[in-house]
Amino acid sequence: MASDNDNYILQMKHIDMFFPGVKALKDVSFNLKKGEIHSLMGENGAGKSTLVKVLTGVYQKTNGQISFDGNIIEPKTPLESQQMGISTVYQEVNLCANLSVAENIYIGREPRGALGNIDWKTMSKNASVLLKENLGLDIDVNKTLGFYPVAMQQMIAIARAIDTKCKILILDEPTSSLSDKETERLFDIMRSLKAKGISIIFISHFLEQIYTICDRITILRDGTYVGEYEIRNLERIDLISKMMGKEIKENDIESNLDKSRPHENVFLETRNMTVPGKVKNLDLKIREGEVIGLAGLLGSGRTEIAETLFGVLQKSSGSINIDGTDIRVKCPMDMMNQKIAFCPEDRKVQGIIGDLSVRENIILAMQAKDGMFRHMPRSRQNELADYYIDLLRIKVSDREQLVSNLSGGNQQKVIIARWLATQPSLLILDEPTRGIDVGTKSEIENLAVTLAKEKGMSVIFISGELAEEVRTCSRVLVIRDHEKVAELSEDEISTAHIMQAIAGDYHGHA
Amino acid sequence: MDMLKKFTHSSLMLPLTALALLLLFNAIFVDGFFKIQVMENGNLFGRPIDILYRASSLIILALGMTFVIATAGVDISVGAVCAISAASCCVLLGGDISGVAQHPFFIAILAGLGVGILAGLWNGLLVAKFKIQAMVATLILLTAGRGIAQLLTDGQIITVYYKPFSYIGGNIPGIPLPTALLIAVCMVLLVIILDKKTSIGLMVQSVGINQTASRYAGINVTLVLFCVYIFSGFCAGTAGLIEGSFIKAADANNCGLNMEMDAILAVTLGGTLMIGGRYYIGGTIIGAITIQTLTTTMYAVGVSSDRLPAVKAIVILLIIVFQSQKFKQMYSNYKLKRKDRASGQKEAVNA
Amino acid sequence: MKLVKTLMAVGLGAAIAAVSVAQAADKITIGFSQIGAESEWRTANTNDVKAAAEAHNIDLKFSDAQQKQENQIKAIRTFIAQKVDLIGFVPIVATGWDNILREAKRAKIPVLIMDRDLTVSDDSLYVAKIGTDSYTEGKKVFAWLDNYIQTNNIKPRNGGDKINIVILEGTVGSSAATGRAHGFDDALKASPNKDKYNILASQTGDFTRQKGQEVMESFLKSNRDDIDVLFAHNDDMALGAIQAIEAAGLKPSKDIVIVSVDGVKGIFQAMVDGKANATVECNPLQGDLFFTTAEKILKGEKVPKSVFVEEGVYQADEAAKVFPTRKY
Repeated sequence: MASDNDNYILQMKHIDMFFPGVKALKDVSFNLKKGEIHSLMGENGAGKSTLVKVLTGVYQKTNGQISFDGNIIEPKTPLESQQMGISTVYQEVNLCANLSVAENIYIGREPRGALGNIDWKTMSKNASVLLKENLGLDIDVNKTLGFYPVAMQQMIAIARAIDTKCKILILDEPTSSLSDKETERLFDIMRSLKAKGISIIFISHFLEQIYTICDRITILRDGTYVGEYEIRNLERIDLISKMMGKEIKENDIESNLDKSRPHENVFLETRNMTVPGKVKNLDLKIREGEVIGLAGLLGSGRTEIAETLFGVLQKSSGSINIDGTDIRVKCPMDMMNQKIAFCPEDRKVQGIIGDLSVRENIILAMQAKDGMFRHMPRSRQNELADYYIDLLRIKVSDREQLVSNLSGGNQQKVIIARWLATQPSLLILDEPTRGIDVGTKSEIENLAVTLAKEKGMSVIFISGELAEEVRTCSRVLVIRDHEKVAELSEDEISTAHIMQAIAGDYHGHA
Repeated sequence: MDMLKKFTHSSLMLPLTALALLLLFNAIFVDGFFKIQVMENGNLFGRPIDILYRASSLIILALGMTFVIATAGVDISVGAVCAISAASCCVLLGGDISGVAQHPFFIAILAGLGVGILAGLWNGLLVAKFKIQAMVATLILLTAGRGIAQLLTDGQIITVYYKPFSYIGGNIPGIPLPTALLIAVCMVLLVIILDKKTSIGLMVQSVGINQTASRYAGINVTLVLFCVYIFSGFCAGTAGLIEGSFIKAADANNCGLNMEMDAILAVTLGGTLMIGGRYYIGGTIIGAITIQTLTTTMYAVGVSSDRLPAVKAIVILLIIVFQSQKFKQMYSNYKLKRKDRASGQKEAVNA
Repeated sequence: MKLVKTLMAVGLGAAIAAVSVAQAADKITIGFSQIGAESEWRTANTNDVKAAAEAHNIDLKFSDAQQKQENQIKAIRTFIAQKVDLIGFVPIVATGWDNILREAKRAKIPVLIMDRDLTVSDDSLYVAKIGTDSYTEGKKVFAWLDNYIQTNNIKPRNGGDKINIVILEGTVGSSAATGRAHGFDDALKASPNKDKYNILASQTGDFTRQKGQEVMESFLKSNRDDIDVLFAHNDDMALGAIQAIEAAGLKPSKDIVIVSVDGVKGIFQAMVDGKANATVECNPLQGDLFFTTAEKILKGEKVPKSVFVEEGVYQADEAAKVFPTRKY
């Protein structure tokens, strides 16, 4: 055993982490070898993020021991751990949106000129070189970070992390907002870092990615340690069952759902709908009772289409026709009055009102629709909240729990409940399953199909995960560069076809 | 036990404790602090009454401020708006020594309230429509407000001899409680009704916690912001009338001076956070009373008014520290550790 | 209507200013920094300065400091930059003027202090002080009070052997407050009747009505039945205190003798109404004296270091007669 220790860069033993009233980690161990890519797996709330935060000094562990590079360490702040060589890229990019890309990469360690002044030229040059050579990104590093889409920001965050001389790189859900191509690029980088002897902790919900890139896996469940495995010795189905703590068959998650059949009536139709720089001449037809998908790379314009249909963005030309009449839209309320509902992409920023209770979050849209002075009696609020908590199986201690204390999947369900409460005819779901555990993910997919099939609701399902579109949609619109490039109907829908369409070489059946 | 636990965890616990400590201090060090007499004309007389009626204008200002702060904004113009309100009311009543009003009383009152609402509209326009940061937007009226008031009064202190004007800050003949206190109670009732019977509270909190998400949930964020600033202006107008009536005059330089800071303090003392979100009406009221009690205590023990801010600052500092998340966490960690140690010792004994 | 008038006045003023700039060459330019408009008295003072400037045909650059020393310093610095012929100002507090006055001296601009006193390390930093003598005012207050108590044979209300006095002080550190307090104290100590008086409480009311009222309320809560005399460092605080006394169910001027300093219209009205006993005038009409002295200085004549205006004492019985003639 003693000789074994030499191979480990990091050993965390018997880690306990107690928050007032909650035991977030109980006797968890984690061992990371030099130059390996190690995945930390578990459902939402299993304790992955907490363990990472203990390691990076965001939280101080209650009990246990951390040895890093042969020394016992007690990181007190993220800065301290970073200086020791532990760098992290979080799921939510936490850089400064209003600083330039170069400043973001070199913040706190700017290259200095002879007089101790910041050498802006060198900084920009270094930043460009770093991004180009390591990540293959050719962008203007003097523009502000906020100018670039989330995916790009994520890559920049990674660039920053790998440029600080680190021994351990932690990637917490780095791929959830990256396209397949970008992910592949990231994996190349990870492999080259690994070759340099850097150890990587990789957290992701995508099984394929885990199996593509990782060497070993540590599984957590409910804050406890399940085990440590060589990836090649662990079947996917075993991984899933260990994460969930029950036996399930692989077919359950991979099989297609029994999709709904659209009715004849068209609910909404757009003609030549255009938003300058965001949506180009879109023709779209949604029938009652169908689930249609919008597929495309990040930044292709899928989200913007949804936002235009909900009145967040305003079209400059073209028409939107609902139930046979052309309508004019100035704000989301206009569309809410047309019975359109929208679960936005960025759950934290655009979706939940964190410090309000589950009940208040659920009734919010309905109350907004009714106006300030038609106040919904408390009993009715409770009734509605309880109904949807039950219907969507939202895991809460009670309806007055703050929504910020729920896991991502349950927060997503609360937002869906908010919109179902308004009894919509068209429900737009933008990335409803991003960063959500496997079980909840299939629940939400099922829900979309059931709503269409049983209630005759129209659903627009936007997802970057093509398999998900394949499972749920009876029609898929492929978007590229803000334009519709293909429309796949039922039997044409497959991951391969969608990818071909995105790539531009799918030309339909006949 | 459960009740006790519920109380110690409630948001009212801190301001109530602060108030209780202050009162305890007074009970020990100030003779006859709690003595209330009934005077020949039936009015009540005593320090507790003083505190309540002096606090009334602060309570009213703080009510308006609570909603503004709940939307993650702040209205630092309220003190200056008080001065404008008092000035417009007094100018319309006129400083005629014979006690005759130049314009009808109700018009003067409406003018006072009206300029308050107007000021609120202006602030709302800047914050809600032009998206200027609340602190900067309301700073404009904070600096310009007293100038406007001076312009109205021609730089004079206009003393109003018209009798009914003094009723606002004093007593309406035959009613033993100060009118200001009654007005404050009415405003509190109004706010409670708004809070319970409309969904303004929900909208305000929602906007305060997450403006973007509120917009995506269909809330008219602009309207909500407009409403809170107008209400704050209205509150400032009301408080201005009371402040003016206290001294039966429009004193453009001193009316409502620094009251915006006291109002903000009252709100934060009451547990509402400056970052917006959850608000506590009860906490705000107790916060306002606590601040006034502090002032009255200082007078009672003879601390001069120029040293008052320093003493206030220390007390406020203590309260804010106790309120901070970090402190609460440290305290609960300490309790946890002590518990662990205690149980460890017990085990050791058992072994 | 009033607003319109004011706006017109401002417009007219601007026009006149524009014209006067054109003719400024042969006119004396004087920069004047007033402390603000904290009371009617101050307003009268301001108006008199403005009127006297016109009468003396002087180009007056007037600046209102809104009760802040830093504003006054800023204003004086601007005057220096504008190269005015003379700077006049009413110091809001007694200390902290050395640096800015040295700047003025370096620019060879004479400085004339008005109304309030200041303390500087070097007396040559200013040419002269115009104004009222707050020390004498304090002395006059006690002299009147002692005389009034003896003549009317007023006895302590609580049956004790000493007359109980409460004092509302002015802004801490201001020359008026310090001078009046010292004058009163010295006169009291020097008096043969000094054993008959007891100072029960003394706190600052910041020269404002509101504070005066609040502090008096507090006095009354502690010693409602002991207070025989109120001495307020200015009339406005006395006016605030009168309301507090009435609210406490006592009769101002009967149960509690009220004497204050300044002599504003409001206190005369109160005396007419029988709510105050006396005011020691502190004459705000200093404009004429100020500009006369200024002209002397600019002609190179010698002036004494302190120049005082005429001041009197007014009692309630003459108030009705004097009241219509009051300018402020």
